[in-house]
This record gives sequence, structure tokens and C-alpha cells, in this order.
Amino acid sequence: MDTVEPVAREAPACLDHPAFRPEHVMLRDQLRRFVETEIKPVAAAWENKGSVPREVLRRMGALGFLGIRYEEAHGGAALDTLATAILAEELGRSTYGGFAITVLVHTDMASPHLANGGTEAQRARWMPGIIAGEIITAVAVTEPDAGSDVAGMRTSARRDGDDYLLNGTKMYITNGVLADLVFVAARTDPQAKGSRGISIFAVERGTPGFSVGRALDKQGWRSSDTAELVFDDCRVAAANRLGAENRGFYAIMRNFQNERIVLGAQAMGEAQAMIALALDWVRQRRAFGATLWEKQAIRQRLAMLSARVAAARQLVYHAAWLDSLGHDCTLQVSQVKALCGELVNEVAYACQQFHGGMGYLRESAIERMVRDARVQSIGGGATEVMLEEVAKRLG
Amino acid sequence: MKILVPVKRVVDYNVKVRVKSDGTGVETAGVKMSMNPFDEIAVEEAVRLKEKGVATEIIAVSMGVAQCGETIRTALAMGADRGILVETDADLQPLAVAKMLKVLVDREQPTLVVMGKQAIDDDMNATGQMLAALLGWAQGTFASKVAIEGDKATVTREIDGGLETVALKLPAVVTTDLRLNEPRYASLPNIMKARKKPIETIKPADLGVDPAPRLTVIKVAEPPKRQAGKKVGSVAELVAKLKTEAKVI
Ligand SMILES: Cc1cc2nc3c(=O)[nH]c(=O)nc-3n(C[C@H](O)[C@H](O)[C@H](O)COP(=O)(O)OP(=O)(O)OC[C@H]3O[C@@H](n4cnc5c(N)ncnc54)[C@H](O)[C@@H]3O)c2cc1C
Repeated sequence: MDTVEPVAREAPACLDHPAFRPEHVMLRDQLRRFVETEIKPVAAAWENKGSVPREVLRRMGALGFLGIRYEEAHGGAALDTLATAILAEELGRSTYGGFAITVLVHTDMASPHLANGGTEAQRARWMPGIIAGEIITAVAVTEPDAGSDVAGMRTSARRDGDDYLLNGTKMYITNGVLADLVFVAARTDPQAKGSRGISIFAVERGTPGFSVGRALDKQGWRSSDTAELVFDDCRVAAANRLGAENRGFYAIMRNFQNERIVLGAQAMGEAQAMIALALDWVRQRRAFGATLWEKQAIRQRLAMLSARVAAARQLVYHAAWLDSLGHDCTLQVSQVKALCGELVNEVAYACQQFHGGMGYLRESAIERMVRDARVQSIGGGATEVMLEEVAKRLG
Repeated sequence: MKILVPVKRVVDYNVKVRVKSDGTGVETAGVKMSMNPFDEIAVEEAVRLKEKGVATEIIAVSMGVAQCGETIRTALAMGADRGILVETDADLQPLAVAKMLKVLVDREQPTLVVMGKQAIDDDMNATGQMLAALLGWAQGTFASKVAIEGDKATVTREIDGGLETVALKLPAVVTTDLRLNEPRYASLPNIMKARKKPIETIKPADLGVDPAPRLTVIKVAEPPKRQAGKKVGSVAELVAKLKTEAKVI
């Protein structure tokens, strides 16, 4: 019999996924240390305050965490979607979903509109500040009467000489109170139906006619500020329109792909942290003469949850990898969002259960994480809507 | 002035170390590895000396399997200028490492070697001292403060019961203690830049050193499990228990 030479393989940079390179591993190491030492010990106060201090965002900017995929000329690192997934996962592990989403909306849901759709002049104007954490961004698509159905939006932008006049209300806008720059979707063609006739505008804080209607009080994500934004004859220069007129819907759809990978990665970071919290708890908590860990019913459920999280995490990496290669991965991304948004809630429920009464007290991290997890199956593409996207592509 | 900083790849300090079932060592398969924390402090100190204009070049050296190159990369991302990897699958012990470092010091001619006082895997606390002896150089171990002036280094040492300050004539070996500094983060742009910094890979034979171990590990075992604590009602009961149960007084 012939002997077959084994195929020579390069040793992977780490065992999480074969596509990770050494710089991914180093980025994760730095993020993990940053979260452990500069976030977890102090973030409880931000939950009460309702926002993350600017200092912290600037510090993250200085370390390059806010410019992972952006051009080097503006201070970015020109890395890839896998690195973005690592950022989201590690911020998710912080146990403070509100902190994580404050950063991730800025880096991966709002500023990509400028990075992808902006002209060179527009990018040069704002990107360096965005990457440095000096300019914080928000994205305003959802309206009181149009959420999942993006094409149902009614906010209008009427051309008036060299300007547009924006009128309408946006709802549930993360970073809405504190952002310096908001990317607003509005109808530029009142005649066009549905997805056509929408454009994106960069609107700076303090622009006359633009105001915060109210800050919204939420079940979770308490350290993230969320607002209703009002545009009342808000005059925005045509130079602030991002991309071609009436093509905004496609920009939104494109950015949704990235947003959903990020939300999936964040959710799986949270799920890993919840399992770690539960493990620590059940290993020391005693009942009926033994630790809870010694009860097979408990450790087997934790074992199965860990397996499901490991599988979902690989799906996140797979989608991120496809995206980094430039492949259309709407199917995988929709699967990620549907799966991770639900799974993180199942993990949250079980891990809170294993904590017993302690899991119901505000002083336990798991209690906060349960509240934070709830929105993961609603925001950024609700599970039902994501499943429709998956179903369409099942062939 | 050149500074040489040896950096060791060890099991990450967050990992709960497990002993291999056959008792030959600790489990490293699939375990997260990182730079020895004391070595991070050494890199940080070297980078600060460079930022102050005292040092002109920092060389990071690691010895062991090919993945030690990643540990060097981390040092480069923190601010070291270039790296040397002495690649070997041999089980490296302090004397072999010190001998190889000596040959590298002879070749590179640094004025200062800054290194961790010990590695958190085997806690030997020996390599720095051995290197200083082999070179015939001054040594300042367990440093919590280092000041360089001309051809002198003033090193504050953490010793049992307090601090000791020694004046060393350069060249010298300094080993770092925990309180010397707080290592910086490697920023993402610096991580990207580090990819382009050179790492030279050589073998122990290139240094004329046989790295074969001189010490034999007979058995590695878990320490005994910590017993649950007890509450005592009074000082008298505590003293009695210390005498009869713990047998420490
Ligand atoms: C905390 C938070 C932060 C947010 N941040 C932002 C932000 O920064 N910017 C922004 O633009 N938006 C933001 N959103 C909005 C978010 O994206 C929307 O809430 C989400 O898209 C769902 O829209 P909706 O709330 O209008 O729900 P609806 O669209 O009214 O949906 C209600 C329910 O109906 C289900 N449903 C809808 N369509 C179908 C269907 N075809 N078949 C079956 N079921 C269906 C949905 O799945 C959901 O369960 C945020 C929301 C929250 C809660």
C-alpha cells in the first residue's frame, strides 16, 4: 500500500478559528485586558448615570479600538471583519451590554455609513475624529411607525437650494442624546414608493431644527443612552448627503450585514460570560450536601449550553470570514442574528436560574445580563424578520 | 545604548493550570499562552528608557517552540525594535537559557539586559542571576525602580522586610519585580506596525550551546485541595485549634 504524505499545514495563530492571524490574537488579548481592568471595575456607575464617559471612548480611540477596519490615513488599522467580531465579542464579555452597544453602534452601525458612503472630503472631515473617539456617532433609521419595515419610513428631506430641509421623528436611537454626528435616513423623493427615494444625511449636533425629543428609559442596556430625535425644518447642507440621492436604502441594507455580525458576536461574548458566571456560582454554592456542580442535572445543562454557544460562535466567525473575503453572506448573517439573539436569552434564563435568589438581586451581574440580553432578539433585525430572510434563501 | 529583553512564552496567568494525568507536567495542549507578566514589565521598562532617550535600540529574545515568535511580536507591538527567536523543541532550563543569552549578549553587545525576575510557569527565579554570573556583570534583581545615569544604574530592590538600593556599574543585568511599572497596552496601530519589524530565527546550535536539560522532573502533582474554613467562637478556641488541629504553634 502507498503511504500518503500528510498535507503540511501552517500552525494556526490560535485555536478559535483557522482564519485568525497573530494580529487578531493580539487584538483580542489587548481588548480582554482593557475590559477586565478599565471597564468591569467601574462600569456599574455608568449604569446609574445612563451613559459611558467620553474619557473611556477617547481612551479606546487612542488604543486604536475604534478604527479597526478604517483607512490608515485617518488613524485606522485596515483590518477585517474577523477583527470586528473579536471587538464585539470581547465587549460583550464585559457583562455590561450598555457599554458594549455604546461603542459598537459608534464603530460598526453608525460610522460605516460615512466610511462606505462618504466622499473623500466627507471622510477627511469626520473620520479622524471618529476613530480617535472625539466625535461620537449615531444612526437614525427607525421611526415610531417604521421599525422592521425600514421602507415604511416617513421622515422627509426636501431640497431647498444648496440645502435639504429635514422633517420627521426617529425612535430608539442609540447614542442619540450624546452623539456629535448622526447619520439620518430620510425620504428625498416623496413620489417614490418603498425602498426607493431614501437618502442618508450627516447631521451635526446643534444643527438648528434638530433636537432630542426625549431620552428613553429602558429595561436593560442602562449605560447606553437611547433617544427619540426630532427634525423640524432642520436645514442640512447638500454637502452633508452621503452617497447618491435616493440610494440610501441600499446603504442601510449593506450596513445591516455588518451590524448583525457584530450583534451576534456581542451576544455570544455575553453568553460566554454568563456561563462563566454560572460556573463560578454553582461550583461553590451548596445544597443537599454537595455543590450544585455535583448535581448532574445542572452540570449537564451547562455543558449543553456551552456546546450550543461554541457552535453559534463558529457560525459568527464563519459569517465574518465570508464577509472579510467579500462574499455575499446574507444567509449566514441572517442565521447568525436569528440564532444568537435567541440563544443568548436561553443562556441568560438558565444561568439566572442556576443562581437561585441571588440571580434576582440587582447586585449580581447575571441579573443585569438577563435584562441586557432581552433586546438582542429585537433590535437590529428582530428574530422573526431574520428568519424570513433565512427562509427566502433556503431554496 | 542597546537593551536586550528576554521574553518567555508561558501559560496565561488567567488559565487554571491542570496537571497532566500521567504526572509528567502541566497540560499545555489547547491552553492559552502569553508573555510572562514579569517580562512584560521588562519590555515596558526598556521602552520607557528608549522614550527618555536613554536607550537607542531594544532587542526582544525568546527561546523555545516556533510560537514563541508570537511572544516576540507582542514585545515588538509594545515598542521593541527587533526580535531574535532561538527555535528549539527542547525542554529549556535556566542554565541553558542563560548560556544562550550570554552568546547573544556577546554578539549584540547590549549595555543592559532587563528581564523578569522569574517566569510564572516554573517560578525558577534563576536565569537572570545565572546570566549575570556567566557574563561577569553586575546584577540588580527584583527591581522596583531603575534609574540610569552615565555608566551607572541605580536599582531599588524589593527584598524581604523592605527596599534596598544598589548602585551598579554598567553593563548590568536587571530583573523586574511587579511594582516596577504597569505595562502599556499594545495599541492596534502598533500591533499592525509590529508585523513589519524583523525577527531573526536561529537554532541553539548556531549559538554553540547544547540545550539538553540537566535536571530531571520526577513527578508533577496537584497541591492538596484547600479545606473549607471553620468559624471559631473565641480567641481561646482559635489558639487551641492552632495547637491541636493545625499544629502550627
Ligand atoms: C435599545 C434599542 C436600541 C436601538 N437602537 C437603534 C439605533 O441606534 N438606530 C435605529 O435606527 N434603530 C434602533 N433600534 C430600533 C430597532 O432596530 C427596532 O426596534 C427593530 O428593528 C424592530 O423594530 P420595531 O421596534 O419597530 O418592531 P416592529 O417592526 O413593530 O416589530 C414588532 C414585532 O413584530 C415582528 N414582526 C415584524 N415583521 C414581521 C413579519 N414580517 N413576520 C413576523 N413577525 C414580524 C417583529 O419580529 C417583532 O417581534 C433600537 C431598538 C432598541 C430597543
